[in-house]
Amino acid sequence: MEKILTDRMRINIGPQHPSTHGVMRMIVDLDGETVENVETVIGYLHRGMEKMAETSTYIQYLPIVDRIDYLSGFFCSYAYVNGIELLMDIEISEKSKYIRTITMELNRMASHLLWLGCFMMDLGASSPFFYTFIEREKILDIFENLTGNRMMYNYYTFGGVKRDIDKENLYAIKKFSDEFVFALKDLEELINYNPIFISRTKNLGILEKECAYAYSITGVNLRASGIKKDLRKDKPYLIYENIEFNVPISENKDVQARYILRIKELKESNKIVQQCIDWLLTNLNNKNIITDVKPLTLKPEGIAISEVESSRGLMQCIIYADGTLNPYRIKWRTPSFYNVQIINEISKGYLLSDLIAIFGSLDIIMPEVDR
Amino acid sequence: MYLFQEILLKYNFSDWFIFIAGLVFYFILITIFIIITVLILVLFERKYLAMFTRRIGPNRTGIRGCLQTIADSFKLLFKENIKPANAEQFLYFISPLIVFIPVILLWLIIPFTSESANYQSQISSFLFLAVLSIPVFGVLTAGCSSMSKYSILGGIRSCIQIISSEIPVSLVLVSVVIFTGTLDLNNIINFQSGIFLNWNIFPNILGFVIFFICSLIMMNRTPFDFPESESELVAGYHCEYSGMKFAMLFLAEYALTFVICTYMTALFMGGYNSPVGFYLADLFNLNNGFDYILKNIEQLFWISIKTFLLIMLIMWIRASYPRFRFDKTLELCWYILIPLAVFNLCVEIFIKYLRGIL
Repeated sequence: MEKILTDRMRINIGPQHPSTHGVMRMIVDLDGETVENVETVIGYLHRGMEKMAETSTYIQYLPIVDRIDYLSGFFCSYAYVNGIELLMDIEISEKSKYIRTITMELNRMASHLLWLGCFMMDLGASSPFFYTFIEREKILDIFENLTGNRMMYNYYTFGGVKRDIDKENLYAIKKFSDEFVFALKDLEELINYNPIFISRTKNLGILEKECAYAYSITGVNLRASGIKKDLRKDKPYLIYENIEFNVPISENKDVQARYILRIKELKESNKIVQQCIDWLLTNLNNKNIITDVKPLTLKPEGIAISEVESSRGLMQCIIYADGTLNPYRIKWRTPSFYNVQIINEISKGYLLSDLIAIFGSLDIIMPEVDR
Repeated sequence: MYLFQEILLKYNFSDWFIFIAGLVFYFILITIFIIITVLILVLFERKYLAMFTRRIGPNRTGIRGCLQTIADSFKLLFKENIKPANAEQFLYFISPLIVFIPVILLWLIIPFTSESANYQSQISSFLFLAVLSIPVFGVLTAGCSSMSKYSILGGIRSCIQIISSEIPVSLVLVSVVIFTGTLDLNNIINFQSGIFLNWNIFPNILGFVIFFICSLIMMNRTPFDFPESESELVAGYHCEYSGMKFAMLFLAEYALTFVICTYMTALFMGGYNSPVGFYLADLFNLNNGFDYILKNIEQLFWISIKTFLLIMLIMWIRASYPRFRFDKTLELCWYILIPLAVFNLCVEIFIKYLRGIL
């Protein structure tokens, strides 16, 4: 039988589109509704984060760092601060390590919750968005009490953290983390066994191991392809050695696997938070949160590579310091920048609605891609 | 309508004038009624969804936000009418009307009370389906004439899904018609009079489920809201519409939701019949004009209650389900619903036969 001649349609998704989560443009070639090719265009949110570092001192650059990934600012902040600490050989106190861990894990939870809401919104379900936002709001309230800000914290500093975590905050976190288990259970009951959700996500956007390696995918997207790589386990930083947690992996490689892994990670993060609270509650009298380093006149020298497992994957901050007040060059390796490149590989041959689901499942955040 | 025409008859107008005047009068009356219903319905949906998602919903305009939709509609009235430069002018202009006018006509066919002879026809149940298939042309032309790719995709999706959903609906309707033995909606409702056990839904529960699923497709409601799937096609077929034209499409959508639910009530849930089997008006036995009015109001009350129950169910589904995938919907219609509808038809014929014997 002769193939019916069809016109290909070239359609622009973005830069302003409800489901590109920010400003990304996808030039999609459609045959009917089947995706034939996706070309991603990035750079709409470029703010010159790396260039800005060259003209500012180390302490001046510190508040800007949170804005690299505004949904998980603590990770960027940690990567930068840790880099300087490596260069200057600064040892930070045990308590500030715990505070850093607990804030980062809470931040991971906030980020994953927002992702979950937006992902369900992409699939067309509106209610989970509000449910996840209720929980995220609680985390942001905790952060507000702790750091004075809801998203751009500027909380870590060279040698520790800026303010001590007090009893009230700890009990607020404990209350949240106890209630969160039930809230997550409700969400799972709403989503997990929904036949429409399963049919929309199963066997969709399959990311093979080789492809994941070739594009240097990190984070949940990599673990969903069956590769067990997590910096918290492989190269434990802060106090992750002392803490019990699992790194969930899945062999299914599809959108559903990524969803399930993020839900599991939420649970694991909650576990870590609880263990940190236990330690902090027993060490309430310990006020040693900061090592004095005179941050205004920092003059480090050398190259430091500081890594952190952020909520989206491996985040690196490479600092090239030449012994003056300003860094010579700061390079950021952000996970979303690598994750965004595989869209074309894994969405060919699926429908337009699937492209949105696949894009949503990768958890890409635009300011992190463009910096 | 007949009341109005009788008044005109007294003043010796010619027949055709009375006929047209009656139609125009009724058209205006229905339009006002639709607008009021839709305003209430939109507010209700927003409040109801807010309840589901632990929010408050609109609460600034009027007492607890009761004037919110009126404010919104006034905002739409005064909006600039933006028109794409390369749009097909005539079709672009006329397609909201193609969507809106059939929806008003649908309201004429539905008997809201036993005495409201809006438009009596021997075949009103099928007439409803026939008129129902017109708005989709409007959606298609709206999508294609906007010359926007999102709109075209939305229009095509709407066209395809209406084709696949109408067949099971017709088959279910045939089963109802065979069971009740009449094509007239008034007679179908009268057939179900008495207590609620006489409703068609009990011998025809499978048919009701099929009809309900297909009605979601016809109304473009979640989980089948492909023509305007927000996260994929921005706003689908009404992407390029603004101001009053958008308001008209929006109005038509909600009016359609309401009228299809009323139709389902008429077919399966006894229409305006009281579920307890008697009316308050009958109890008093007044035998004057008030009696007659009271009965009509009661019937209107019952049909509205049943319709709102169905609408609440639809909104509940909207609150809890993600969107289906487009091709999966077609599979659902062609591979599952149509065979089930045929099976249901056979069952209904069998039940009818059994009732004949007993």
